[in-house]
Amino acid sequence: MLNRTVPPAFQSIKDITIIQPEEIVYKNGLKAFVFQAESLDLLKFEFTFANIYTQEELAYLNPILSSMLKEGTQTLSSKEIADTIDFYGAYLMPEYSLDHTSLTLYTMHKYADKVLPIMADILRNASLPQKELNTYIRNNKQSLQISLQKNDVLARRYFYDAVFRGTRYGVLPTEEKYDAVTREQLLNLFQHQIYPSNCTLFIAGRVDKPIHDLVSQYFGEDWKNEQKELNANALSFDAHTTEVVVVEKPEALQSAIRLGTTSIRRAHEDFPALQFVNTLFGGFFGSRLMRNIREEKGYTYSIGSYVGNLKYTGFFTIATEVGVASTQDTLKEIATEFDRLRSEPPQQEEVDLVRNYMQGVMLGSLESIFSHVDKFKATYFSGLTLDYYRYYSDVLKAMTPAKVQDIAIKYFDYDKLYKVVVGKV
Amino acid sequence: MVNFSRFKLDNGLTVLVHEDHTTAMAVVNILYKVGARDESPDKTGFAHLFEHLMFGGSVNIPNYDAPLQAVGGENNAFTTNDITNYYITLPANNLETAFWLESDRMLSLAFSNQSLEVQRQVVCEEFKQRYLNQPYGDVWLKLRPLAYKVHPYRWATIGKELKHIEEATMEDVKAFFKKYYTPQNAVMVVAGAVQLDEVKQLVQKWFGDIPSGEPVVRDIPKEPQQVEARFERVKADVPVDAIYIAFHGPERMEADYYAADLITDILSRGASSRLYRALVKEHQLFSEINAYMMGSIDSNLVVVEGKPLPHLSLEEAEQHIWQQLDRLKEERIEEQELQKVKNKVESTMLFSELSILDKAMNLAFFEMLSKAEDYNREVEKYSAVSSEDILRVANAVFRKENSSTLYYQSNAKEHVE
Repeated sequence: MLNRTVPPAFQSIKDITIIQPEEIVYKNGLKAFVFQAESLDLLKFEFTFANIYTQEELAYLNPILSSMLKEGTQTLSSKEIADTIDFYGAYLMPEYSLDHTSLTLYTMHKYADKVLPIMADILRNASLPQKELNTYIRNNKQSLQISLQKNDVLARRYFYDAVFRGTRYGVLPTEEKYDAVTREQLLNLFQHQIYPSNCTLFIAGRVDKPIHDLVSQYFGEDWKNEQKELNANALSFDAHTTEVVVVEKPEALQSAIRLGTTSIRRAHEDFPALQFVNTLFGGFFGSRLMRNIREEKGYTYSIGSYVGNLKYTGFFTIATEVGVASTQDTLKEIATEFDRLRSEPPQQEEVDLVRNYMQGVMLGSLESIFSHVDKFKATYFSGLTLDYYRYYSDVLKAMTPAKVQDIAIKYFDYDKLYKVVVGKV
Repeated sequence: MVNFSRFKLDNGLTVLVHEDHTTAMAVVNILYKVGARDESPDKTGFAHLFEHLMFGGSVNIPNYDAPLQAVGGENNAFTTNDITNYYITLPANNLETAFWLESDRMLSLAFSNQSLEVQRQVVCEEFKQRYLNQPYGDVWLKLRPLAYKVHPYRWATIGKELKHIEEATMEDVKAFFKKYYTPQNAVMVVAGAVQLDEVKQLVQKWFGDIPSGEPVVRDIPKEPQQVEARFERVKADVPVDAIYIAFHGPERMEADYYAADLITDILSRGASSRLYRALVKEHQLFSEINAYMMGSIDSNLVVVEGKPLPHLSLEEAEQHIWQQLDRLKEERIEEQELQKVKNKVESTMLFSELSILDKAMNLAFFEMLSKAEDYNREVEKYSAVSSEDILRVANAVFRKENSSTLYYQSNAKEHVE
């Protein structure tokens, strides 16, 4: 007779191994990393540029440049680019993050030679047409108006504004800023940012000789390095601890709560341990915040904490939306959870669960060759090597209840967080 | 091409196994053939609330999540108008833990009052967060009852109103479980770094003794043919007007489904699509525009929705959308444009084959519809659509008397005028 109360025996979870890419440096300064997947009929070309800021306070231009890249070249219209990319079943995706701008091309292997010339043309000759810029501004003003009606969006903006004030990370788009954007500013930014030696290219899929040759021709030879030098300034961040800031929304059914602070970066030796404690605290469905505030109290559909890594700082943040009547109680419970995290070590069982969970997630995050690229990028742009993943795994294995408490005392302090509520208290 | 094997237990549980040894993970996906369409009109939102309760402990296992997390696994679930789908991803060497957990909750839930109490609240907060406290969040609460008069698709999976969720009782929960959560009403797909023989043996071990339950007999009222255009105007505190037009279209299993799906691709998939090109880029009338199909099993909807720019009235916006729809009815589409949307289907298929979870979900869904083999024939079916099919289906679907139009009007805009 089957005993259903006894779980099957636990089998230990394997470590991951990330594929070491082939590195190519072209004469024009372009650096490429090639991830081979012989049996795949898809290819990914990701051109990643370090964001350049001509002036810190003009940081809102960078995401606009990113979106505008595919809107026309000296010889191809926005429509011609879109028609060709779509016809070959390809995807041309601008992606923007606070430190990098990238343009990614996904294509079936058989059509790579049809769509790569378009990418080459864009990177060399994007013309950022005024008409397309007008469309972009008009549409983004309208979607901004809609976003600003969302309490969670407002709370996030208050957080970024306060914690990253005075730096590029704290610059948020507004209608006024959109209205002031000129094509000349964007062309200037294009010249400062989009050139080979500021680019890292990640190629994944079946990268055979014909593909190598195409890349080498279009991007290694025909693309001239015409960089303009800019002095990069390191950023500094002031502490912004506050009492809870309340932004009243009388009609709100729910309050958006956002707390957070700057923190350490990935390159810091404590980073994996910080991720561990964050996971235990608010980083997954079984975390303390979720169990307490959703699964016991029913105050919210979801609550989570998150550790972010940027080029010049890390950050830690908590976000949730709760029924207005539960706003005060939720804040109280969050504060209590911080106290508990700092004042008592967790049970061994909880530490083991979080470790196994994180090892499983790490193993599961390697889904295809494209995930190897992402893992590599995360270390590469932090100045680390792939050895980081062995270190990460070693740290996970070495976590103890006492170590969790040490990290909590060092990095998890409710009193040092910026706190905002958009809704009703 | 996704290869798989199929076997069936004596109690009626259908199991599909897809081996993929390029990963170290396994997926266990269980689809229960029950959704919001199976609810009664005075107890809507129940299938979805029930999905939450499936995580509140089962007869022999007080906590579902923790033992899974402790072996490196993750899980989630979703409810649609047609199905409820549960999935686990975990390191393949711990596969048996997934079977232990899933079989116990298929056997019986713990029916904990505390869980019901809390999850009612959680779902009410979800209702507020996603439908009530968001600009345009309640659109489907308005559009569904406009497009459907009889069929239970007239309410959304979250339910008609908070009250229905607040009033759910333990008696309802037990009856729902007994009726729908049976082996013969489920499809299980196991995918990833697994061996067919091992899966067979473990599935027999954990699921073999679950009673088969009674067959589900469905008596869902059919939506009558719509014969006149429907219209509704709502006013709300949103900054921008929006328009939604819903048409009844081919059901998921009809041959014409593929032509209708390609029509929505022609209209709005990618930066080269017709609506985006004409209305956003060239004539600069909308800030956003989209067309898509709901993909429902029964009476389906083809939806066009957009947000016009401030200088355009909703009436004008509607006319501009119709001009594009009329073009599809009057002019035969060029082969090049048709080939374009077919190529996109082909590449999208290749991308979805990179994920064992996507593959498992798709196999389960197609097995539920008819048979999982059909999943591997999708590209072929899209390829077979001709320009005549597009013309014919566009004419059948895009008729005023087959449409439900919703003007979602901004209060702010009215003040300006």
